[in-house]
Amino acid sequence: MDFQVVVLAGGNSKNLTPLISKDVPKPLLPVANRPVLYYVLHQLRQSNLKDLIVVVEGEDAALHVGGWISKTFVDGLHVEIAAVPEDIGTAGALRAISHHLTAKDILVVSGDLVSDVPPGAVAATHRRHDAAVTAMLCSVPVSGSLESGSSGGKDKTRKPGRYNIIGLDPCKQFLLHIATGSEIEKDSRLQKHILHAVGQMEIRSDLMDAHMYAFKRSVLQEVLDQKDTFQSLKQDIVPYLVRSQLKSEALLNGISQAEENGNEKLSSPNNQVLVSKILANASTPSFHEPYSMEPDGSAQTRKTHKCCAYIASSSSYCVRLNSIQAFMDINRDVTGEADHLLSDNIIGPSPKLGTKTTVGPHCMLGEGSEMGDKCQVKRSVIGRHCRIGSHVKIVNSVVMNHVTIGDGCIIQGSVVCSNVQLQERVVLKDCLVGAGFVVTMGNEYKGESLARKEK
Amino acid sequence: MGAQKKGATARVSEDPEELARNPLQAILLADSFATTFRPITLERPKVLLPLVNIPMIDYTLAWLESAGVEEVFVFCCAHSKQVIDYLESSQWSSQPNFSVATIESHNSISAGDALRLIYERNVIHGDFVLISGDTVSNMLLTQALQEHKERKKKDANAIMTMVVKQSKPSPITQQSRLGTDELFMAINPVTKQLLCYEDKAEYSKGFISLDKTLIADNPSIILHNDKQDCYIDICSQEVLSLFTDNFDYQHLRRHFVKGLLVDDIMGYKIFTHEIHSSYAARIDNFRSYDTISKDIIQRWTYPSVPDVLCGSTAIKVERQGTYRASDVTLSRSAHVGSFTFIGQGTKIGNDTKISHSVVGEGCTIGSNVTIEGSYIWNNVTIEDGCQLRHAIVCDGVIMKSGAVLQPGVILSFKVVVGQQFVVPAYSKVSLLQQPTQQDSDEELEYADSTSGTGELQSEKLNGDIAPDLSETASELGTGGVGYIWSVFEGVQDEEWRHSVAPIPTDKLVKLMLDEDEEQLTQDGNVLSASGELKADSDDNGSEDENNEDSRDDYVFFEKEVEATFLRAVHENVKVDHAVLEVNALRLSYNMASVDCAGAIFYSMMKLAVESPHSSASELHKNAAEMITKWQKLLKSFLHDIDEEIEVILKFEEMCLESAKEFAALFPQVLHLLYDKEILQEDAILRWADEKEGADESDKVFLKRSEKFIQWLKEAEEEDDDD
Repeated sequence: MDFQVVVLAGGNSKNLTPLISKDVPKPLLPVANRPVLYYVLHQLRQSNLKDLIVVVEGEDAALHVGGWISKTFVDGLHVEIAAVPEDIGTAGALRAISHHLTAKDILVVSGDLVSDVPPGAVAATHRRHDAAVTAMLCSVPVSGSLESGSSGGKDKTRKPGRYNIIGLDPCKQFLLHIATGSEIEKDSRLQKHILHAVGQMEIRSDLMDAHMYAFKRSVLQEVLDQKDTFQSLKQDIVPYLVRSQLKSEALLNGISQAEENGNEKLSSPNNQVLVSKILANASTPSFHEPYSMEPDGSAQTRKTHKCCAYIASSSSYCVRLNSIQAFMDINRDVTGEADHLLSDNIIGPSPKLGTKTTVGPHCMLGEGSEMGDKCQVKRSVIGRHCRIGSHVKIVNSVVMNHVTIGDGCIIQGSVVCSNVQLQERVVLKDCLVGAGFVVTMGNEYKGESLARKEK
Repeated sequence: MGAQKKGATARVSEDPEELARNPLQAILLADSFATTFRPITLERPKVLLPLVNIPMIDYTLAWLESAGVEEVFVFCCAHSKQVIDYLESSQWSSQPNFSVATIESHNSISAGDALRLIYERNVIHGDFVLISGDTVSNMLLTQALQEHKERKKKDANAIMTMVVKQSKPSPITQQSRLGTDELFMAINPVTKQLLCYEDKAEYSKGFISLDKTLIADNPSIILHNDKQDCYIDICSQEVLSLFTDNFDYQHLRRHFVKGLLVDDIMGYKIFTHEIHSSYAARIDNFRSYDTISKDIIQRWTYPSVPDVLCGSTAIKVERQGTYRASDVTLSRSAHVGSFTFIGQGTKIGNDTKISHSVVGEGCTIGSNVTIEGSYIWNNVTIEDGCQLRHAIVCDGVIMKSGAVLQPGVILSFKVVVGQQFVVPAYSKVSLLQQPTQQDSDEELEYADSTSGTGELQSEKLNGDIAPDLSETASELGTGGVGYIWSVFEGVQDEEWRHSVAPIPTDKLVKLMLDEDEEQLTQDGNVLSASGELKADSDDNGSEDENNEDSRDDYVFFEKEVEATFLRAVHENVKVDHAVLEVNALRLSYNMASVDCAGAIFYSMMKLAVESPHSSASELHKNAAEMITKWQKLLKSFLHDIDEEIEVILKFEEMCLESAKEFAALFPQVLHLLYDKEILQEDAILRWADEKEGADESDKVFLKRSEKFIQWLKEAEEEDDDD
């Protein structure tokens, strides 16, 4: 397809402490017993996009990720791992690897995207319109527990938040305005000249930029080179391209290839004729208009580029793992309503269950885990090789690998990372327990984050 | 259950009763409270002006009747007597199911006043249609009315439904085909609620601002630039009381609609109803008069077309949209082209060509006359050999032989144009003198609130029509009668926008170029918007943006200085004054005097290049004259050597880019500047030193002026020797 894919896998994330650590960088954080990166790579493989560069922050993390990928995706994927320094932003990461980019178009995906939207569809949309950039937009995810029986306070979080303000043309094909971050809290300022060109613009606040973009490589590299203060794809580069779509000559005058594709899409042919007629009649242009003239002096119309949107259908699943809440949500959804994401399901040999132990629906138990008698598991994910004693209750929680849980523990709405030891009669409610932590017997915690001190 | 059912049936049975009790009412404002149709409206109210030979108000009333309105209150203000007399003598006074009542007022100056007065009269008992008497439409009201009533039932705050129609403004002039300014409306696509209404009056540069609360409340908003406000509103009774509560509401849109949208305490809501296939438009200015006339002739407004509306005089529609009354006297060699209307009793002479025009009743048109795209009202005499293009000619005008009307001319009632006289484009000619109170720009700004009184005054004026006409006869050639109204400064260049004449191509070209320029300069603004954003995260970035901003500022500043300088040249402003003005600009743009020096020098040289010259020596002469004349201005910004160097650098830049013709003259002009003591030798030598280290390409001009610099150096050494 001549599409190169860049997966921005990240490495560290403050939002997710204490779930991630040196040993478990963000790309490898298990979601339903699979590293989160698996979901993206799996979708890419499904779409036959096999030429990948996985960008990881930090050398160590890169080694971990590389090791895992070579183990898991031996077949079919051509993956390069690139390590970049931390905290250089998404644009910085692309800049660092831009010499590796060779294909005509580049698909940039965030490594923390858990979605069933085929990346191939985004790529196809991009190609169809010959766009400079195509962004994938999805419905704003509903956060918080669906069955909000446990705590009434969660009802508040279920109101869909606003992530972006997005302007679309009437056919919902072109991206005309995008606001992210702090901008959405302010009054929106919409450019008149774009409005003039399209006539009407639909402004949506219920769509989210899913951080999957297809770029024309020449455009992307040009912007990366020229605007060296741009740090983020989402906040700088994409909004910049969207803003300048009707006057891209200011930016792209260095590029000789055919970029003048966009004008006819927005103004009717009649106007086009009129405009060119008028320009042909134009006498000498004024001093301040070097742009409307070619070097040889012939008149030309303004250059434009297209910014497209691929809007995922509202039934598709699309969430980014960028917060603890999202982590919980994704775990719940992947085992529940969105279980089709695990198409080649990997529930290993049935785990050993004690007598009178019940495992409810929407649960997952990893291979080699053992449970004692009279346990209850509801809407939870339990990793591999866990040892769980008797009379243990696990509800709405995530338990990772190699966790030991003593008898009589009650775990609600919590995340228990790998190698954690919970001694007898521990009660955890809405807690986060970092890797390797030991909770001593009989302790009760509520809404706390427990982690080993870094040595 | 049973009770509910009973309630439901009760309501159903109530509804028809309610409808029966309240016949559909309408308020028709027979005064536009605007001055766009002056000077014509000084003598006749706008609603009685003929539109394809039928007074505008007839179109409106005919539509109201066909739309099922049973009771119309015509609000008359300016020239109220004429309106009342007309209505009394017309067919409308004797319709069986359609009553037309007039409400007269002499002190209302706005639509707001009118509605307050109507509220006091207490004649409106339910939902009503609010419309002005210059609207042409054929839409069906049933659906819009139904929607309005249903919304009102569900939500008592839904008090108004506005009718809108698709109409994309021209991308170049930013105005619709009706000549109205572009309009931005934000509408909720599901509920059709109007969320934001912004016409050009509130012009914020390059951006439309949407309030954040709107976005928070509506997951989807459609921002329209392609809709036209038809000025047909379906209102609930509350609208009248709202006008009374808010006694400062004057303008229906600017105050009332915007006021409601901004005010979230009362929570009143306005909705829109879009019409697709039917016609609705309001005559707001001369351009819309022209557009709507053409639409009527081309029968878009059917059944509001002349042959249907006036059944009494037989009007025949012929091929190519030619309308001809029964007793027209047409010479055999006269040619009546397509889409033309010829009224009753009109005589047309030999070899006369008429196309795309309306000629009223009882006109006499001589031979060899050319009429194109013009509107000629009743009893007009046009003598042989006249030419009319895109003009409006009112009742009783006499054009003597050979007179010419250039595009956009308005001849008000009974004006006489002298023989062979050429009336310049966009002139407005009237027997009445221009009201002097209008002379200030500010007055115009508030035209909406003062026009009413203006029109009233004119009524008084009407009594004593200019007694000393003979004095001014020369204004319209020999034998001509009338005053050519002067155009207010500032509006002049906008005159073409609202004229009957099509927009000239050169205007379009100019606008296009302007727009390009604007977009380029806008780029700075755009970036600064993101600069704000980045200030949180990244200081380097914002600094960079600031630089872009200041460069942008400099471009503006330079333009302003250039404009000031040109004005100084053309109007012979004293140097001292020019210095003051440039200084003021410097302060307001926060520039240094270095920038002033650069900008002034730039303007001088630019003017020198632009003034006609055929050879390099003439150009040199031009430049020399320019420098000699304005050296004082330039010098007052040259306080030290840095500023002088700036001038040299600026000149170098010009030679490279904008004024290449100077490139050859570089050393000569440098010498000239030295001779005039504008540049000191130190400055020139330091410039030479600075350039010494530059790239070869940068040294072109240094090399050219090598001799001169050598000479300077030697002179200096000699000085030193002394």
